[in-house]
Amino acid sequence: MASYRTPLGRARGLGSAKHGVGHFIAQRVSAVALIFLVLWGVDSVLSLSHADYETAVLWLHSPWNAILASLLIGVMSFHMKLGMQVIIEDYIERPITRNVLLILNLFAAWLIGAAGVFSILKVAFGGGAY
Amino acid sequence: MSEAKANTAVTKPRPLSPHLVGGPHVFFWRWHLTMLTSIVHRATGMALYFAAFLGAAWALSLASGAEAYGQFMGVMGSPLGKLVLFGLTFSAFYHLANGIRHLAWDSGKGFEPKVADTTGAAALAFGVAATIAVWAIAFMTGAL
Repeated sequence: MASYRTPLGRARGLGSAKHGVGHFIAQRVSAVALIFLVLWGVDSVLSLSHADYETAVLWLHSPWNAILASLLIGVMSFHMKLGMQVIIEDYIERPITRNVLLILNLFAAWLIGAAGVFSILKVAFGGGAY
Repeated sequence: MSEAKANTAVTKPRPLSPHLVGGPHVFFWRWHLTMLTSIVHRATGMALYFAAFLGAAWALSLASGAEAYGQFMGVMGSPLGKLVLFGLTFSAFYHLANGIRHLAWDSGKGFEPKVADTTGAAALAFGVAATIAVWAIAFMTGAL
């Protein structure tokens, strides 16, 4: 027999779909990682602020510098994508604008992550045109 | 909840936001420190989005060769570049401190108005103090 109940009527009372909290947890866990990565990043920017090309390349030849720099740009891209997503969802109501901005946000985060990590590894593996 | 109960709720006056109850054009509204810290958290978050672009651009310029790296460092070393970096330094430290405040809230602690005001002021103070400290170190080590 066909049911005349609406999808919302059927879903009511069954509780959540159990994955709504994923965004919330991902934002917090990446935040904890960034506490340490950002402090390391500020110290690194400070020590590299007057570095010439050769010094900067040699700095990235050190494994830990390359690893932490990759993690910093990667986790930062992830964290900022989540944060900007919430800002867009909060303030932009018009569906087309909202969806375009959400997709642009996703693309920007991946572009920054990919460009950053690839460039760091290229220099770290000695291919930095040096 | 029963249907009958839900229907009676419709006839009740619509609840109004606390800052709108003074009348049609009288808003009981003033600045609170917690509002400021919340807004600044979002603003600095958006600024740090731009900082990630700069970080990726730094790595990309380094991978592209000495000339590209020199151009990038030239732009960042200009007065405008330094001004941007100064703002981003504050953004990083403030967002970090206020982020820890958010993590405390997430564990259910620090919601009392006085505590929230104190930790908010502390986050702002840390942001300013750490920024000045970093730029003082940069100045002393000849990085500026």
